[in-house]
Amino acid sequence: MQEKIEELKRKAKQTIDEAKDSKTLEDLRIFLLGKKGKITSLMQELKDIPKEEKPAFGKLINEARDYIENSINDSLLKFKEDLYKKQQILEAIDIGLPGKKPNFGHLHPCTKAYLEVEEIFHKMGYKVVEGPEIEYDEYNFEKLNIPKAHPARDEQDTFYINDKILLRTQTSPVQARVMEKGEIPIRIISTGRVYRSDSVDATHSPTFNQIEGLVIDENITFSDLKGTLSELAKALFGSDTKTRFRPHHFPFTEPSAEMDVSCFKCHGKGCKFCKKEGWIEILGCGMVHPHVLEMCGLDKNKYKGFAFGMGVERIALLKYEIDDMRLLYENDIRFLKQF
Amino acid sequence: MKTSIKFLKRFVPKLEVNNEAEDRDFAERITLSGTKVETYKRLNTNIEKVVACRLIKVEKHKDADKLFVCMCDIGTNGNIQIVTGADNIYEGMMCPCVLAGGKVPASAHDDKIPENGYTIKKGTLRGIESNGMLCSIQELGVEKDLFQDLVDGIFDLKEFNCSPGDDISKVMGLDNTFYDFEITSNRVDCYSTLGIARETSATFGLDFIKAKTIVKSNTSEKNYIDIEIKDKNKCSIYASRLVKNIKIEKSPMWMQELLRSVGIRPINNIVDITNYVMMEYGYPMHAYNYDSIKDKKIIIKCAQKNEKFTTLDDKEYQLDEDTLCICDNNGIIGLAGIMGGENSMITNDTKNLLLECANFDGTNIRLTSKKIGIRTEASNLFEKGLDKYLSLEAIDRACELIEELNAGEVCKEKIVAYIDDKGNNQLIDESINKLNAPINQITVSAKKINSILGTSIEKEKMKDILDKIELFTKIDDDNLIIDVPSWRKDIHIDADIAEEVIRFVGYDKIEETYPNTNISPELKSKKEKTLDKAYDIALHSGFSEAKNYSFESKKVYDKLCFEEDAIERDTIKILNPLGEDFSQMRTQLINGMMLSLSFNYRNKNKDVKLFEIAKKYVKTNPNEDIISTLPIETNILSLGAYGNIDFLIMKGIIEELLISLGIKRKAKYIICDHTKRPYYHQGRCADVFIGKELVAHFGEINKNVSDNYDIDRRVYISQINIDILEKLSNFDCYYKPIPKYPEISRDLSLIVPFDKKVELIESIIEKNGSKLLESFKLFDIYEGTQLKEGFKSISYSLSFRSNDHTLVDEEVDTIIQKIIGDLSQNGIELRK
Repeated sequence: MQEKIEELKRKAKQTIDEAKDSKTLEDLRIFLLGKKGKITSLMQELKDIPKEEKPAFGKLINEARDYIENSINDSLLKFKEDLYKKQQILEAIDIGLPGKKPNFGHLHPCTKAYLEVEEIFHKMGYKVVEGPEIEYDEYNFEKLNIPKAHPARDEQDTFYINDKILLRTQTSPVQARVMEKGEIPIRIISTGRVYRSDSVDATHSPTFNQIEGLVIDENITFSDLKGTLSELAKALFGSDTKTRFRPHHFPFTEPSAEMDVSCFKCHGKGCKFCKKEGWIEILGCGMVHPHVLEMCGLDKNKYKGFAFGMGVERIALLKYEIDDMRLLYENDIRFLKQF
Repeated sequence: MKTSIKFLKRFVPKLEVNNEAEDRDFAERITLSGTKVETYKRLNTNIEKVVACRLIKVEKHKDADKLFVCMCDIGTNGNIQIVTGADNIYEGMMCPCVLAGGKVPASAHDDKIPENGYTIKKGTLRGIESNGMLCSIQELGVEKDLFQDLVDGIFDLKEFNCSPGDDISKVMGLDNTFYDFEITSNRVDCYSTLGIARETSATFGLDFIKAKTIVKSNTSEKNYIDIEIKDKNKCSIYASRLVKNIKIEKSPMWMQELLRSVGIRPINNIVDITNYVMMEYGYPMHAYNYDSIKDKKIIIKCAQKNEKFTTLDDKEYQLDEDTLCICDNNGIIGLAGIMGGENSMITNDTKNLLLECANFDGTNIRLTSKKIGIRTEASNLFEKGLDKYLSLEAIDRACELIEELNAGEVCKEKIVAYIDDKGNNQLIDESINKLNAPINQITVSAKKINSILGTSIEKEKMKDILDKIELFTKIDDDNLIIDVPSWRKDIHIDADIAEEVIRFVGYDKIEETYPNTNISPELKSKKEKTLDKAYDIALHSGFSEAKNYSFESKKVYDKLCFEEDAIERDTIKILNPLGEDFSQMRTQLINGMMLSLSFNYRNKNKDVKLFEIAKKYVKTNPNEDIISTLPIETNILSLGAYGNIDFLIMKGIIEELLISLGIKRKAKYIICDHTKRPYYHQGRCADVFIGKELVAHFGEINKNVSDNYDIDRRVYISQINIDILEKLSNFDCYYKPIPKYPEISRDLSLIVPFDKKVELIESIIEKNGSKLLESFKLFDIYEGTQLKEGFKSISYSLSFRSNDHTLVDEEVDTIIQKIIGDLSQNGIELRK
């Protein structure tokens, strides 16, 4: 009996190893392990074995069945693996083929530049406020300490709708509107289109975008203005950016300044880009003029504040090294796709 | 404002700026104290080894007709031989000469100004040795126009006081640096060398010295003129002086040099003196031929309409009632503050002259000079609004120089007319003293100044700075009491003083701090969130952002085929536009989008998708000609595309936007009224409503319109009202459980007559679907030969689910039967 069992194992193993495909193996499984298979018939032969030897032989037969079963499974697995290996070779892709990109659009460079500035001020707790583009003279000029005869009101610079209404020349009227509400402290930025009577050329446009900021509280100083704007410069142009404040004049701030940043191309050594100055002018700023506070209904003895404004186009031109402003309003897709 | 270091040194004698490094340092420091240098130039840049020489012998070159061989005396270094091609030379001539190895900045043959100049080497010309080069004025880098009656060729130094071997920079005063400053509108006083000198003095801590003006006057002439100011709003003061027996000649070299250093061509002593005083004081003046003034009467009044007048440059102008003129009893003799007349100008025969130094209203001068089209140095200065009291000082300074230059006899009388609250006054001599410029005294606290700046500057330091710029200051406890002179009209309050102080302490000395305000972080507003979503959807749908002008021509409404009475044509107009093309505030964003698409089409860009988020401007009261209230500015998301785009893609974008804004109400799509939106294809456009609100419209652009923009493709446009969507949006977001029970799905393929719309089928599905109908989706449309003519096939997939049990087929079958029955009644059958 034992020999018979060993013989079956040996023969089965040999046949399994010789099998060429999984179908042969499945047939073998039925032939050897099926209801009418070899193992079953060996089991039937057990009834002729003396009773005391039955358990030992039974065990041997079970072991033989496990052995055959495992051998078939192993071989089947091997066939499956081989098959998949072949399939993978057949399905190989030329990985040099171009990728299929999701077809996203692109932001306008001005929006991209604005969002960078906005993010910085959002983090510093500034609220974004909007105001009308077609504005009362009163807000655009009068309340900002630019009285009737002031040269800044020259028709040459301002588009008028009528005596009282004009296209805002700056985003600053938003400041006046916010101050009038009188909810102190104020910490806002505002953005949008402004209009000046400049003909279209490489460096001018009759319409452009500004970003304006305003902070009002009891103890605001010029040093707060410096700290805040230096932070902005670093965030926009890199952490090694230096800033320089130059005295300037704006009717609605006093003292006033223009802020230059160290040239981000030559790091201040002087190059073509910064016209050998090492510095690039970025924005105008200053302490809110007490007359402005007064005209907007705030107590000029109690409150102080600072304000700043910059041209979004200017930032975009500088940051992305765009050399002609007209590109910003032509909307050539080949240009827009670069941002 | 132009001036030069040598000019400044007349008031700041200790100023030392002697080389290019010091030029740069001066520019940087004065810029940082608030007087911004626009450009500067060292006048002798790249002039090396150039000396004055005397031509002791001039002979023709034996082998070249056009060349001369010169023996040149160059002083202590002896004589050298130079060959030149210029033909204006003569024996005994003094001229500039570059020695071999020396440099000049420019060339007579080339307009280029190389960074390192031209080096002159020893050479041989047609066999004869030349040891240098004789120079023309251009080769020295000096503008030709700065010399009167200049002869072409080698520059003749006959008017200069020099000897052979003298350094040419010293001889011609080129050891000097020219500066051009940008002056802000509040600092009219800085349009003068005196003003810049004060700034220089305070910036560098050097003394500012200005001698008192003294006019000696040995002659007298009482009542030499009678002045009457008729137009009291346009002229506030008119000062005059009489100079007898003038001698017109060239002015001395020092004055010529300084005038040239600021770009002014010297003419003769009288003209030069008025120009010199203008550069010094920033105050223009004019000289009349006194003997030509009829009845010794000066009247300041406006011209008559269409009155004609010839200026001293022999041009005739037509004037109007706003043009302020200087007149005598015969008529106009000068355009006030702009230019004198031919009839009263100084000529070589003029014996006596009347000097005028007046103050005219800046705005009027600006408007007049613009209207008649003359801009002069004088009008430029008056435009800025000069300090009227300065006229009295400036006219005396001119007289002092006339005496110094021996150009005539100044009469001791001074006659001045001026306007005050009592009206017209005429003052003579001593009584003029009561016109002394008023001083405005202000008191500010040093503590307040430091609190504005965030600094701790000592009050003594503040006084020191203020004194330097002639804001003379006394200290009283914590207070500074400051005398503000009449020419500092910009100083009124503590903030002004704070700026004066910190300008000279240096903005860089202020610490950097952050506002210490108690403020909570800001969350994005609903408006910002809505805009963010609009951007997201547009970008993710493959659209790139464009920016178009907010103003356009009224012709665009014809291009877009709007009817004559369309409300879109009721635009807000700009009074002073840059031209018709930029004259109307847009009431739609379609034209801008079409222009951008057209630009891309012209540039052969395929498949272009653009969006713009910007405003349209609509009058609050329609048809109001002069608007009295601000218009309604509406934010529009404008999409436009050609190429890979169709109607349903546009519709899908709108659907996606509505979902992302949390708008749950179902949108209604209604075909547009063609009279209202004539720019669309009549069968391919839709208005989109949420309830009663029109939130968007979109469609294919009518071929006539795309032809108007030269686009030979199908263009799709969509206009979405962001402001209404903001109101309807809802950013709350709640979880709905994932269904526990399985769905049953059924497909319906229908044969539909052409005239039946999808809307009908869907309403039937919705009506009969009961609450078990979870969703349905159109997944195929087929039109073709396999179908009966006049029919199309439309397929839907319907999905049913219950939230409390597993559905059985029978439940769904009943519903499907109802749907089919209802459809059948409408002529729509199941496809077999």
